Amino acid sequence: MSQVVVIDYGMGNLKSVHRGLEKVGADVLITSDPDKIASAERLILPGVGAFDDGMKGLADTGVIPSINEFVQTGRPLMGICLGMQMLLSKSEEHGIHQGLNFIPGTVKKIPSHDGDIFRRKIPHIGWSALRLSASSDHWNETMLSATNEGEYFYFVHSYMAVTESDSDVIAECEYDGQRITAVVHKDNIIGMQFHPEKSCGSGLCILKQFIST
Amino acid sequence: MRNVRLIARLDVKAPNLVKGIQLEGLRKMGDPNEFARNYYDQGVDELFYADIVASLYERNSLLDIIEKTTDDIFVPITVGGGLRSIDDVAAALRAGADKVSINTAAIKNPQIISDVSRRFGSQCMVLSIQAKRNGDHWEAYYDNGREHSHMDVIEWAKRGQELGAGEIMLTSVDMEGTAKGFDVDLVKAVTDAVTIPVIASGGMGKPEDINTVVNDGHADAVAMAYVLHYGHYRLDDIRNHCIEQDIPVRRFNGIGEF
Repeated sequence: MSQVVVIDYGMGNLKSVHRGLEKVGADVLITSDPDKIASAERLILPGVGAFDDGMKGLADTGVIPSINEFVQTGRPLMGICLGMQMLLSKSEEHGIHQGLNFIPGTVKKIPSHDGDIFRRKIPHIGWSALRLSASSDHWNETMLSATNEGEYFYFVHSYMAVTESDSDVIAECEYDGQRITAVVHKDNIIGMQFHPEKSCGSGLCILKQFIST
Repeated sequence: MRNVRLIARLDVKAPNLVKGIQLEGLRKMGDPNEFARNYYDQGVDELFYADIVASLYERNSLLDIIEKTTDDIFVPITVGGGLRSIDDVAAALRAGADKVSINTAAIKNPQIISDVSRRFGSQCMVLSIQAKRNGDHWEAYYDNGREHSHMDVIEWAKRGQELGAGEIMLTSVDMEGTAKGFDVDLVKAVTDAVTIPVIASGGMGKPEDINTVVNDGHADAVAMAYVLHYGHYRLDDIRNHCIEQDIPVRRFNGIGEF
């Protein structure tokens, strides 16, 4: 059975991720044990909530060195929602806060206004379709290989990842005229703004692909 | 584009799914998990569970139902009814809920909105408002539309947003269970007043009812109960209607291999 370690750092609800992974046949371990994280076959960084709380949770749990060590091995790491945002260098949520810095970029508030005109509600809650982005030629080399452009996924967030390099974004979505980074990818790291564990069959396909890599 | 969410609302008086009219006169419909599974297979965007007796009789048996539901249903699930404290919310999330909906406890102690939002994130905190029309305005009720709060719905919605609610579940007590369409004026008044998403609930009887509540009321999501539970329409019918009417919705092609 494919083993997956899900990092427990006190942020949010791990139950859905756990059940989603089990549904696709994974052997799931939810832990904050640094050794188990460093030696995992595959690692998932989940999370909902505020960026600074999340980074503080990771620091307080003492798992950041283990995550760095894990990433050095080249084994696959997946960040989900807040877990994806923390892969970036920093966030502007509640002040400037440093992230894990695997993917150069900044997490910024989704603009509610375009100029002076109110354009969109925050948070962005709901199902949006994935579309191709600048670096989508890497799509099939990633866990999206079983996913098609135009498939819908469930998003819930107020902040969005803005990467320094377009080549780190392999899929995006559009929300009331705003381009939103949906999937970031760099080497053995992938991050999804949406919740695959809440995105019906399309999301479970991604989790299955992840445990098959 | 902003896709309108199609939400199935499951009012539960454990162990049964029930349906009433104007939140009264409940009729037993059957096992809520069978309904939930059926709606999931039809591509429902979210499920909304409400324990409609919990706030009267201090019960929380809904959580056992949620535990079962979340074993093989992978769309967002909101749970409400009788949640009074951070501990109650934590228990609902542990059972598999993604969000909680709070009405009575928020009216009695608005601080709970901020507490839940700070602890679990605003995306988790759905403020449930039961609105009854009173002349040219609406008043917020609680305990399934039985008790007056003496609060104006629009003011309460704005305050709820300020306190940290991420979403509003807006039920028209007048239209609930009547299948005569939504209270579009109510929905418009609230969506004009807040910048967080609003779910319109109460009154849906046919797919066409969605047209005005979305186009004129600017609802971000619609909750349906009667129209689905009695099998008058399937979610596919409703989704296809939206597509024909250029109302943006998630396209659904089956749940796939899982």
